[in-house]
Amino acid sequence: MVRGMLRLLAYGTAAAWVLLGGGCGRDAARAVSVVGSTSIQPFAEFLAEEYDKKNPGQRVEVQGGGSTAGLQATANGLADIGTCSRALKPDEAEQFTQTLIARDGVAIVVNPTNPVNGLTSEQLRGLFSGRIRNWREVGGRDGPVRPITREEGSGTRESFVNLIMGKERISRAALTQESNGAVKELVKGDPAAVGYMSLGLVGEELKAVSVDGVTPTAENVLAGTYKLARPFLFVTKGPARPDAQRFIDFVLSPEGQKILETEGLVRAR
Amino acid sequence: MKQDKAISLVLLLIALSAISGLALITVFIFKEGLPIILRVGGRDFFLSSDWEPSAGHFGILSMIAGSLAVTAGAMVIGLVFGLGVAIVLTQFCPAGLAAVLKPAIELLAGIPSVVYGFMGVVTLVPLIRTYLGGPGLSVLASSIVLGIMVLPTVTSISIDALQAVPRPYWEGSIALGATQWQTAHMVMLKAARSGIVTAAILGMGRAIGETMAVIMVAGNPLEIPHSILDPVRTLTSNIALEMGYASGQHRQALFATGVTLFVIIMVLNTVALVASRRYARRGGAR
Repeated sequence: MVRGMLRLLAYGTAAAWVLLGGGCGRDAARAVSVVGSTSIQPFAEFLAEEYDKKNPGQRVEVQGGGSTAGLQATANGLADIGTCSRALKPDEAEQFTQTLIARDGVAIVVNPTNPVNGLTSEQLRGLFSGRIRNWREVGGRDGPVRPITREEGSGTRESFVNLIMGKERISRAALTQESNGAVKELVKGDPAAVGYMSLGLVGEELKAVSVDGVTPTAENVLAGTYKLARPFLFVTKGPARPDAQRFIDFVLSPEGQKILETEGLVRAR
Repeated sequence: MKQDKAISLVLLLIALSAISGLALITVFIFKEGLPIILRVGGRDFFLSSDWEPSAGHFGILSMIAGSLAVTAGAMVIGLVFGLGVAIVLTQFCPAGLAAVLKPAIELLAGIPSVVYGFMGVVTLVPLIRTYLGGPGLSVLASSIVLGIMVLPTVTSISIDALQAVPRPYWEGSIALGATQWQTAHMVMLKAARSGIVTAAILGMGRAIGETMAVIMVAGNPLEIPHSILDPVRTLTSNIALEMGYASGQHRQALFATGVTLFVIIMVLNTVALVASRRYARRGGAR
């Protein structure tokens, strides 16, 4: 009797696994996976939601992990679309097909209580390399400067290093945070902090200062006057799968671009 | 009879597969991590704070210092409070109250580490920044958060150790005219010493290996901290921060960071175990 029940249980469990496994397999084949930059992630999630509403039954799954991780996942075939928030390096550009979906400014953010409203590229290099240690040197209040950077490999970091730092290194003493959100949280609470983050995600609680006299706005990024701008890319390995291509087309459509613009990005064309 | 044998065989296989899992992990991280240590050279790897993987610099000294500083801080807090609680609950507290308090402290172990980290960032870090100065994200903040996290481990094992001391020890001491406190620290704590060392080792293992909470409250710069108000990067947070992006040499260097952590934990555990055995033997002879 007991043995009979056990056997039943075992068969039941096995059958359930087979069913579950089959179900998962089918789902995975249908959902388009979008993996990569944490800067693009919130926008991609928003787009995916709208896309799902318009096209019931076509799921798009969005994951973070970072630009470089997104490229790797795409190269390995783990993701259908990789998202990258920096320009591709020459060897990467050869390997992938890239689509510019939008542009984004990298905003230099300080605490709202900080009286500094504008910085030059030279001053930024000083602040982040550790040469300038007191806010007084750049026209602020007397007090230490605490630069906040992102981890190695982050698209935002690479854009910032390429566009501002050049050959100079970011100070070793700089605090390192692993997402735009964490940078924001820290700058919000620390009057001495200076950080850089995606312009589209700055919000109301931080002050984005002007760089070389140009205010960081979407118009200035589009006009090309705000120099701290970077591309938001969708990359695929070779031609995209038909359902992935449909999602890309949606993002590039006037409707998709409008969504990105309302969310604070600068349209691609 | 036959069934007995079959079951014991199955259990043996399960036990072996668990252990072989451990062996596989060990072999794997050493295989991935050792080559780069050898290529970079021990001096440039362990004794340099110059970490910039994209430029080929792989010095992890600041992270070793960071891990040790944070763990030491956590152990001070964890041991003071954990032992204090254990002594009170076993020596000075009515059994009924202890029966409520002990599970309450063990409940701390069930809180996910990201919650500890979040609490630290939202409450502790602003307090430190406002009242003590510095960025708030610091050795101190990490030590406090980790100290609370190791509390359940340290407390419950110390309580077990103190409860395992034979009753006649206590009775004998009281009969000789010692006060309760004298009995507690001169007899009970000494007799339970090896158990308390075990508690400290397990707590230390948890503290040095903790990642998520530390990333959130430590600040993660690449410099060796000079005061407890300075931020730090630990070995574990270095791995977790950069894992998502790392490839090639950078990835190997992260595995090498793991190898370092592995060796540090092994050394600390061995030292603590040997020390506790030696003490136990000397204590027995006296």
